[in-house]
Amino acid sequence: MKCDRCNKPAIVHQVIIKNGEHREIHLCSTHAAEAGVPNPGQQPINKLMTTIGQPSTRSAMPTCPGCGTTLTQVRKDALFGCPECYDTFGRGTAIMVERSQSGAAHHVGRGPGGSEQEAARRFESRRLVEELDQAVRAEQYERAAEIKAKLAELAEPPSSGEDGL
Amino acid sequence: MPEFAHDEDVVLSSRARIARNIAGMPFVHVASEDQRREVIARLLPPLTGTTSAEPTIWTDLETAPKQRRRMLFEQHLISRQLADAKGPRGVAVAEDEAMSVMINEEDHVRMHAIAPGLQPGLCFERIRDFDVAIEPLVGWAFHERWGYQSACPTNTGTGIRFSAMLHLPALRMTRELEKVRQAAKDLHLAVRGYYGEGSESSGNFYQVSNQITLGCSEEELLDRFVNTIVPGIINYERSARQMLLRRDRIAIEDRIGRDLAVLRAARLLKVDEAMRRLSSVRLGCCLDIVKVIPLQQINNLFHEIQTGHLQTAADSHLSPIQSQEARAVLVRRRLGEG
Repeated sequence: MKCDRCNKPAIVHQVIIKNGEHREIHLCSTHAAEAGVPNPGQQPINKLMTTIGQPSTRSAMPTCPGCGTTLTQVRKDALFGCPECYDTFGRGTAIMVERSQSGAAHHVGRGPGGSEQEAARRFESRRLVEELDQAVRAEQYERAAEIKAKLAELAEPPSSGEDGL
Repeated sequence: MPEFAHDEDVVLSSRARIARNIAGMPFVHVASEDQRREVIARLLPPLTGTTSAEPTIWTDLETAPKQRRRMLFEQHLISRQLADAKGPRGVAVAEDEAMSVMINEEDHVRMHAIAPGLQPGLCFERIRDFDVAIEPLVGWAFHERWGYQSACPTNTGTGIRFSAMLHLPALRMTRELEKVRQAAKDLHLAVRGYYGEGSESSGNFYQVSNQITLGCSEEELLDRFVNTIVPGIINYERSARQMLLRRDRIAIEDRIGRDLAVLRAARLLKVDEAMRRLSSVRLGCCLDIVKVIPLQQINNLFHEIQTGHLQTAADSHLSPIQSQEARAVLVRRRLGEG
């Protein structure tokens, strides 16, 4: 297989999965070094020896396209690399955050703009999305339609013409 | 028994801090040196410029002398992590030195406010207003589900942490502290030492803070902290103090009197010894055993006896023995010679 950036043979292969989308990266030694991806051919012999006989995980390890941090690194340091990591690692993010926040799984309260009303709207919207998901799973389609209508109502911008101007 | 505003007989100070990161930029531990300089460049105008919600004074910690960094750490205006780190980083401090904004610590921004006694609500209002004022000028990383995004998952969501520095000498003496630690753990609270994360207790001071930042609004977290969690510990300490007085008043008075006498007579004082004996005198003030020294004077001494403060006052580097001597001179001057 050839390098994505030149015609040399690729020696580093990575698979990136983000938001359910699958993307492969194949790089030669020069371009792998440029991208900061370790070249397996340059690993110390003792490190190679320890990996012999173990299943290879490198090729399937999710990597954040925003900062190049792998899920293994995030788990090891207990630190995300950038805001994009939160979406990149999907389920991995949920497990880490919920574990460190005693099971809490959603933000509540102020957001950009600082408006309490806006925060309440976002909270209600999230609650309805969860309710909709449950209704669909339970095949309660009438209830799902009602929830969808409520969600559409919430998504509409508040009216500003009530004073007749 | 004397009355104390804001529960100052047990609570030395309270703080609120907010963690924030700039949208679209890698977090500090991943960011290159150039990116960390860019973080500073983007934050300096809203922090220190004419658009700032509150005027602050910027200190570039990359170039600041070690003594200055130590002083800021001892004043609890920066963390040990920021004081000892390398590379582009700094702190913006409000004129009254009761609010500071650390840049390039674990997150791009850590803003916090401090107030005497149990007043985390006052601290919260101050940094919330500051945050709301600079947010449109910078643009924080925010996720619909996870809220304000931080490098560490323990800070995501509101990014807010409330803390109180509690003086718990009676619970220490009665060996009840382990119960407090266990109760704190059950209530999702972290218990740390006088110097914050990674530090041991010094002078019987314990910093208690909320561990959960997600799933509750800032107001709910504040309400729980102020009205449920901390009052329980305060009342427990007060009960332990009264029990000690009822059970062994003369022994307590003797111990406090001896500690005060040593402080008034010592010619050399190590920081640990000074903290321990001052803790005892502080307890004496609160129990009306020590009547002539104002509590505020003792509270100030906990800062003033730190090595960075002594070196700044002397305007020179002090050897360990010179520090001990300067500390003893200062304490005698403040408490009066024995």
